[in-house]
Amino acid sequence: MQFGIFTVGDVTTDPTTGRTPTEHERIKATVEIAKKAEDIGLDVFATGEHHNPPFIASNPTATLAYVGAKTERIILSTATTLITTTDPVLIAEDYAKLQHLTDGRVDLMMGRGNTGPVYPWFGKDIRQGINLAIENYALLRRLWSEDVVDWSGRFRTPLQGYTSTPRPLDGVAPFVWHGSIRSPEIAEQAAYYGDGFFHNHIFWPASHTESMVRLYRQRFEHYGHGTADQAVVGLGGQFFMRKSSQDAVNEFRPYFDNAPVYGHGPSLEDFTEATPLTVGSPQQVLERTLSFRDYVGDYQRQLFLVDHAGLPLKTVLEQLDLLGEILPTMREEFAKMRKPGVPDAPTHASLVAKAGGATDSTVYAAADSATGSSDRDLDDPEVAKVLEGEL
Amino acid sequence: MTRRIVVVSAGLSVPSSTRLLADMLGEAAVGAIRERGQEADVEVVELRPLAHALADHLLTGFPSGELGAAIEKVRRADGLVVVTPVFSASYSGLFKTFFDVLELGVLDGKPVVVAATAGTVRHSLVLDHALRPLFSYLHAVVVPTGVFAASEDFGAVATDAGTTGLAKRVERAANELAALVAGTTAAPTPVAHRRTVDEEFADPTPFEALLRAASDGPPAF
Repeated sequence: MQFGIFTVGDVTTDPTTGRTPTEHERIKATVEIAKKAEDIGLDVFATGEHHNPPFIASNPTATLAYVGAKTERIILSTATTLITTTDPVLIAEDYAKLQHLTDGRVDLMMGRGNTGPVYPWFGKDIRQGINLAIENYALLRRLWSEDVVDWSGRFRTPLQGYTSTPRPLDGVAPFVWHGSIRSPEIAEQAAYYGDGFFHNHIFWPASHTESMVRLYRQRFEHYGHGTADQAVVGLGGQFFMRKSSQDAVNEFRPYFDNAPVYGHGPSLEDFTEATPLTVGSPQQVLERTLSFRDYVGDYQRQLFLVDHAGLPLKTVLEQLDLLGEILPTMREEFAKMRKPGVPDAPTHASLVAKAGGATDSTVYAAADSATGSSDRDLDDPEVAKVLEGEL
Repeated sequence: MTRRIVVVSAGLSVPSSTRLLADMLGEAAVGAIRERGQEADVEVVELRPLAHALADHLLTGFPSGELGAAIEKVRRADGLVVVTPVFSASYSGLFKTFFDVLELGVLDGKPVVVAATAGTVRHSLVLDHALRPLFSYLHAVVVPTGVFAASEDFGAVATDAGTTGLAKRVERAANELAALVAGTTAAPTPVAHRRTVDEEFADPTPFEALLRAASDGPPAF
């Protein structure tokens, strides 16, 4: 089982000091947090993607490539990649490039994004969110699996004889998860392809997470990828811990009360009861996390949100130290409970092995005579007219 | 099969004239269904104790505890009676919030009696300029008779129960609801029943259908 953290990259005022970090501080803090995640023995660092303030999570592959260069082992992932508003052609290129740079330490999680104003900035319509996710992902898969793609569809211009470069490392595309809080269609999509399904889990009651995961597992089996128990499930989680649980509650309460998503709403006590948020001692966080399995079954990936709501970097790093202390026990206990036959989450190495070994997937092409030459072809009479000021 | 009538009341005081009207309508509806030879029961959803949970739902996107149970009652109802006090010339914010957080599709095709209370009869058109459009938008089937009661109507009930205008209107609305709920008048089938998340869980749309639907329609680029 993999453990990790995911960040949304919010730039939020610390409600206890009134101080708001600069974008630069927040971007550098994100890198520190990712390095720390590797240091304490976590397996995954995932970043979100946002294209509006107060976030610094645009251009996720730059962040992941930089973190990749500063780390050795940790898997670089997303939570989530906006499959709706990002051209699948760019996703295919960016993440294949990231695979090569990090020697395969990459997977990604598709999500739709729920920020209405963002869609039109990218020429899209939020009312088409599900349709965009479905058509764009179908194209993305082809771009990775086929060297030359002819394609036409509804949401982007057609492709004729298109080759996405670089080709996926070792001929194997990155593993893909699909994240959705409340859309059964996305669980269905993940099941259809035999991809992973991730439930954010932190904003909604466990009963809802249970329904989404159950649907995914049933449909995974229906589509013949294996038994329901073998489906690849990931969950989010959220905690704040101190050695004494009362200290944890006292320290976290102002962050909770002012948090961008659920602040000024339910009390900390009500929210911790209704959702998987755990505020307390390391032992309480350990026990609560182990209990997630009771309603989703054996699962493959657990990601925690630790760096939001204005928590200062120092506090976040302390949270990771505490997580590091309970991590070995968490691994052991999950492993003990795990039913035989439940697979691990796919990694680049396991996917290469499954494909029968690595293949060089480079598509060689003859030299390109256009790139680097002037677009002002002086032999072209139209261009000549423009240059002479006649048009 | 017992028909379930659910009465949603947004009164704030105890006792409240809104609740009084709600109970009159609920009992009358049950009586009218029984007259048509079917069993019926009535449950009341009081919104006042759900006020905090409704505000939380606006922020978190999910119903906590009792609110979840109230929404479930409405979802399962065969017929609804909804009653609001008039605040600033319309339904109250509490009343509207309850219907704001209902998932689209929950009221599709559901028979509804709209009712309101106020201190003055000059608010009586609130049924037709505020409540009726709201429930039309939600694809409910609103019966022709809406029931409005001002303070003076309740006074009249106390002195001469059987024959006042209010009692007659209650009776008429209840009969119209019963006709739809007990199936003696066919409710119009909604043009397109919108599938709820629970329906997707129970009977998922196969991916091939989702894939076809995704690319239906004119090019969007």
